Amino acid sequence: MSTESNEPREPREPDTTPADGAAAPETDAPEPGTTGSPAASTAPTASTAGDPPATGAERTDSPLTKARMSKGDKIDRLAQLTARRETSSGDSLWVAAFRRLRSSKMAIIGAVIIGVFVVLAIIGPWIAPYSPTAQSWRGEVFSNRGIFVGPRAENWLGLDNLGRDELSRLLVGARQTLLVGIVATLIGFVVGALIGGVSGAALALGGRVGQRIDAVVMRFIDMMLALPSLLLAVSIAAVMGQSLTTVMIAVGVVQIPIFARLLRGSMLAQANADYVLAARSLGVKRRRIVLAHVLPNSLGPVIVQTTLVLATAIIEAAALSFLGLGNLDAAQPEWGVMLAQSQRFFDQAPMLAVYPALGIIITALGFTLLGEAMREALDPKLRS
Amino acid sequence: MSLLELSDVKVHFPVRKGILFDRVVGHVQAVDGISLSVEAGQTYGLVGESGCGKTTLGRAILRLVDITDGEVVFDGTDLAQLPEEEMRRSRRRLQMVFQDPLGSLNPRQNIESILAEGMDAHGIGDTREERRERILKVLDRVGLPDHALGRYPHEFSGGQRQRIGIARALVLEPDVIICDEPVSALDVSIQAQVINLLEELQEQLGLTYVVIAHDLAVVRHISDVIGVMYLGSLVEEAPSDDLYASPRHPYTKALMSAVPVPDPEVEDTRERILLTGDLPSPSNPPAGCRFHTRCPWRQPTRCDTERPGLTDIGGGHKVACHFVNEIASGELAPTSALAPDMLGDSESPVDDPGGDSAGDSGEGEDAASGPASGAPGSGGKAAGTNA
Repeated sequence: MSTESNEPREPREPDTTPADGAAAPETDAPEPGTTGSPAASTAPTASTAGDPPATGAERTDSPLTKARMSKGDKIDRLAQLTARRETSSGDSLWVAAFRRLRSSKMAIIGAVIIGVFVVLAIIGPWIAPYSPTAQSWRGEVFSNRGIFVGPRAENWLGLDNLGRDELSRLLVGARQTLLVGIVATLIGFVVGALIGGVSGAALALGGRVGQRIDAVVMRFIDMMLALPSLLLAVSIAAVMGQSLTTVMIAVGVVQIPIFARLLRGSMLAQANADYVLAARSLGVKRRRIVLAHVLPNSLGPVIVQTTLVLATAIIEAAALSFLGLGNLDAAQPEWGVMLAQSQRFFDQAPMLAVYPALGIIITALGFTLLGEAMREALDPKLRS
Repeated sequence: MSLLELSDVKVHFPVRKGILFDRVVGHVQAVDGISLSVEAGQTYGLVGESGCGKTTLGRAILRLVDITDGEVVFDGTDLAQLPEEEMRRSRRRLQMVFQDPLGSLNPRQNIESILAEGMDAHGIGDTREERRERILKVLDRVGLPDHALGRYPHEFSGGQRQRIGIARALVLEPDVIICDEPVSALDVSIQAQVINLLEELQEQLGLTYVVIAHDLAVVRHISDVIGVMYLGSLVEEAPSDDLYASPRHPYTKALMSAVPVPDPEVEDTRERILLTGDLPSPSNPPAGCRFHTRCPWRQPTRCDTERPGLTDIGGGHKVACHFVNEIASGELAPTSALAPDMLGDSESPVDDPGGDSAGDSGEGEDAASGPASGAPGSGGKAAGTNA
C-alpha cells in the first residue's frame, strides 16, 4: 500500500466517490482536478476523467486497477456505471431542484391534485352529465318546505335548491374557480414583482437616488400591508361592483405587497452576495448585473410564494363570493358562489355546502403541498 | 513610477440614521490614509487582523467601494477620478480573486458562462467559438479539465472553485490581480496548490499581485513586499524577509510572536507579546497613534497625541512609530501589556496587586521570558501562550 503514491491514486479517485455518487452524482466527475499538484493534474484529468463513459472503459483496461480491483471496487463501479447520468454538462440548479421535487411525495400528491383539478376545469363542461343551469328537476325540490333531493342514480350528488344537478354545477364551476385563482395570482405576481423588482434594483445598485426611490415605494407597500387583506379586497370589490372580474382584481391587489416585499428582500440579499461583487469587479454593466445575476437568483422564493398564493386566492375569492361580492351570473357556477348560496339551506341540506367546500379545500391543499415541496427543493441549504 | 500607486487613500463609510430623511451621524474609517506602491511583476502582501480594513482597501483599488479621498494611480491614471463607465472599462486590467470560492460564483451560471461574462462586458472575442477557445486555454492554465465548461459551481470542490475564480480573472488578461484572502477558505493541502498556481501564473504571465491575507505564513511565502495594517492604516512595510527577520513596529512584533515555531525548545522559551483589549472601533479611532491603546511600549508623550507617519528606516523598511529606534535598541522596555500580570490570574494569586506595571517595566524583557520558562511544568502550552 505504501508504494501507492500519487500515480495509482489518480484513477482510483472516481472509483471511491460513486459510493455516495448514487445520491449525489454531480460531485464525482470533476473531483480529479484537485488531486495532485496543479501542474500534474492537468494532464491526468483530461485523460482519465475526461468523459464519464470513457473513464469506465479506460479504467478496466488499466492493468494496475484490474489487479487491485476488489469485490468492493467492482460493486462501486457497477453502482457508478448504472447510477451516473451520462452527461458531459452539469445540472443547473433549476434542474437539480426539479429532480429533488420529483422524488418528493408531497410534491407528487400536490401535483396530482392540481392536475386533476386543471383537467376538470378544462373538460368540465363536456363531461358534465347535465346542463349546470337548467332547472330540470324543479318540481322535486321545495327549499321553502325543506324538501331536498340527495344523491341518487341519475344525480350522483343530488340536486341543489333550484333543482339543478349538483355534480354538473361542480364540474363546470371548477373552471371559474381555477380562473379566479390564476388571474388573481397573476395580477399579484406581475404587479408585485414589478414594484419589488424596481425597488430592489434601485436600492441595491442605484446609489443614493435609488435608496430614496426604494424608501418611497416601500412605505407605500407598507401602507397596503397595514390594511387587513380581506378588508382591502372588500373595499375594492365594493367600489368596482359585483362581478367575477372584481373578485379577481380584489384578490390580486391584496397579494401585490406580499410579492413586492418578498422579491425586494430576496434581491437585496442577492445584491450583497459575493458573486455580484465579482461581476462588478469584472466590469459587467449594472443592468446586466441586475437582470442576469440578482434577479434569477432572487426568484426562488417568489415562485414558491406563487403556488401558495394560488391556494389562498381561491379561498379568498370564495370568501368574497360568500360575502355576496362575487359573480351572480347563474350561467357560470363558481364554487365560492355555490358555497355562499347553499348557506341558507345549511340545516336542511348540509351536503350542498360540503361539496364545493371540499373542492376548494382539496384544491388549495394541492397547491399548498406543491408550494411547500418547491420551497424545500429550492432551499439553498439542500444544495449539494 | 510604479504600476500601482496609492497615496493617502481614505475610505470612510457614512453611518446613517433615519427612515426617509436620513442624516449622517458618523463615519466608519475603514481605510484611513494609506499610501503604498506596487511594482510591476511584484507581489504586495497586506496583513492585519479582521476588521483592520485590508479587504476594504483591496476593494477600493478596484473602486468596488467609493473612495472618500486620495489617489489610486494605476499605470498613470488616477482611478479615483475616473467616470463610472471608464472605470468599468479599466477593470479589465485590474482583476480580483475572492475569498469565498463558492459565494463568488453565480450558482445559476455554468463555467463557460461565468468565464465568458467578463469578455462579454469588455467586448473581447467576436464569436462564441473564439471565446470558448480562449476559455479553454485559461482553464488549461489553471488546471481544470475541458469538460468543466458545461458544469456548475456547486459541482466542484473548493480548490477547483478557487481555480475557476482565478480563471475568471485571468481570461481578461489583467495586469494586476487583487487576491482577497485567496486561500483562507481552503484546506491546507489545497492552499498550497492554489498558492503554487498563483506563483506559476505570475512567472508565466508577469502578473502583479496584491495579496490580502491574515495568514502570515501564506503572505510570507508569496509576497515580495509586505504591508502590515492596523485599524485602517499601515504601521509597517518592508521586504518580506526583512519584515519577518526583524519586525520593528510593536504591532508587527506582537503579530509575529503569535506564530508558533515548529521547534519545541524555541517554542517554549520564545517571547510572546500579548496584546490586551480589543481592536478600537474604526468609527471612533484613538487619537494620535492608532495603536497606542494596546501598545506594550506606549510612552506617556507623543503616542496619544501625535499620529506617526510611515518613515523609512533604511532598506525600504518603513515603520510608523515614534520610538522605533529606541525600541529596537532596547532603550525602551515594554510596559504593562507583557504577560506576567496575565499569568498572575491563574498561577500566582495576589502576589503583587497593583504594582504590576511598575515592576514589569523595571524587569523589562526578562520578565517576559521568566514566567514562560517556569510555566511549562504546570501549565504547558497554555501557560506558554499566556506568556
